[in-house]
Amino acid sequence: MIRVLKPGALSQLQDLGRYGHQRYGVPVNGVMDEWSHRIANILVGNPDDSPTLECALTGPALRFTRDRLIALSGADMQASIEGLPAPLNQPLLVRGGATLRFGERRRGARVYLAVRGGFDVPRVMGSRSTYIRGGYGGFHGRALSRDDRLPLCACDTGYPGATRLLVQCGTPFVSAGQFELPAAGGAPGMLRVMQGPQWEAFTEDARTAFCEHAYEIGNQSDRMGYRLSGPRLSLASPLEMVSEAVAFGTVQVPPDGNPIILMADRQSAGGYPKIAYVASVDLPALAQAVPGDAVRFATVSLDEAQALYLAREDALAALRRTVALAMQGAHGDANRQSHQDAAMPAAPGQGGPASIPAVGGES
Amino acid sequence: MENPAASAAPPWRIAPVGDRCLIVTLGDQVEAQVNRAVLSLAAHLQAEPLEGVIDVVPAFTTVALHYLPQAYAGKPPTPYGYLAARVEERLRRGIPDIDAESRVVEIPACYGGPFGPDLEEVAERCGLTTGEVIDLHAASPLVIYTFFFAPGTPFAGGLDPRLALPRRATPRTEVPAGSVAIANGLSMIYPLAMPGGWNLIARTPWNLFDLRRDPPSRLRLGDRLHFVPVTPAEFDRLYEARP
Repeated sequence: MIRVLKPGALSQLQDLGRYGHQRYGVPVNGVMDEWSHRIANILVGNPDDSPTLECALTGPALRFTRDRLIALSGADMQASIEGLPAPLNQPLLVRGGATLRFGERRRGARVYLAVRGGFDVPRVMGSRSTYIRGGYGGFHGRALSRDDRLPLCACDTGYPGATRLLVQCGTPFVSAGQFELPAAGGAPGMLRVMQGPQWEAFTEDARTAFCEHAYEIGNQSDRMGYRLSGPRLSLASPLEMVSEAVAFGTVQVPPDGNPIILMADRQSAGGYPKIAYVASVDLPALAQAVPGDAVRFATVSLDEAQALYLAREDALAALRRTVALAMQGAHGDANRQSHQDAAMPAAPGQGGPASIPAVGGES
Repeated sequence: MENPAASAAPPWRIAPVGDRCLIVTLGDQVEAQVNRAVLSLAAHLQAEPLEGVIDVVPAFTTVALHYLPQAYAGKPPTPYGYLAARVEERLRRGIPDIDAESRVVEIPACYGGPFGPDLEEVAERCGLTTGEVIDLHAASPLVIYTFFFAPGTPFAGGLDPRLALPRRATPRTEVPAGSVAIANGLSMIYPLAMPGGWNLIARTPWNLFDLRRDPPSRLRLGDRLHFVPVTPAEFDRLYEARP
């Protein structure tokens, strides 16, 4: 169980989305940053579709009642456990009774918390994603509030030796492994996009502006869509549009000429002209951008976008295999023994926590 | 040299929607025949799913397939190209018509007054009496073409052309749950309280989206809707609480 001491600005459970029900007008929802969600789940040995806690802008304060293996990925919001800096992108075994807190946001918009075994909430229409407007999914259909008790599924600590290390070190947490992560790729300053079906219907000026000018993410942006401001995008002549399905990353242009990028809480269909689609591999970088940030677009072909997508899948699959080997103790007892000699307990206020050193990126 | 049969394009177009969705367009106008083809294709793809497809989303004139590109890794030429070819095969083989399966649903609706605050204005703009608007709406052969906008929100075509009018110039910030509305030649129902710009002519006491049901939506694609006018007293008696 996790006790919520402070809820943070917007902390909610999300998985990879509620696909399979859009024909009833049910939106997909799901995490904004699929990359960080998947990295965090992989590091604790959870399946990809296990829900993570998506914490936006200001993080929560969470107390763990028992020892739990967790991983944090995404935004740098100065995570700490009992005052000790907690690194991103590492499996951490947290001592029961310890509290995870966040400080000032330094980079990114959303941090993802995965807990080994997963959050014990029911599936609604096949998914554990929260849909706040609809009041369903996740934890009682809403973001976390103070004093919530988040149920967790029973689970072991994953990495052999981590529990012993935690006992030996006496620190609030230990690092259970270090892995060489594949590069996330993508940057808001160069979002790769494919031309949309109405690309040719926009004026030459609009197409040039879209490719050459920076657009600023507006204050009205949320999980449903990012509203951009910059040079207005005009159609060469009015179009009669029939509403049709849209996808994560669709860049649509309402009559006012300010583009909107559809994000995780988008509707299942829309009727505005579509100038472009953001490549899936670059959506995580966009999801970590905040209002006021500038975005720029660079066109790629569908073939290129899909090749990038498949390469990312391969990289994540390789990481998952490496983690699985580490969890099986594949490096052998002798090896781990020598690593343990090097592990140092962390004293509060004195640098980092104890850790089992790297168990390899490519092995 | 012209051979119309040989040069005629197939009655569909397949196009990408980004790198993990594909859309089949079966017509350019919102009309019964096109939508029937849409719903037939969607039903076929539900009944006999294509590998790697995680959602089939019919709209007025289109069927979208959300897919996982990794399901086709290594298959030539590209994930999109591979799936588009599979869809093309299905379409060429022919899609069974679903029409026989469609249900008739009689929906109680209380027209006018606080239940349909725009009824008088609609009558005025259409050059009809409020009674005529009610009769024409209730008698229209409405068929649910698609759901979108919010969970369980049906959009039905077949509205009597005498009731054709655009949306309101200024949308309402909150429309009561169950409101029955018309615009753009269609009729729809707001299952939940939400903002909306359509012309409100009635309210149904039914709860149309309930998570305790599977599927949660009470109405289905292709349902034939017959609105049955009821009095305010009947509305109260039939009212289903929204949880």
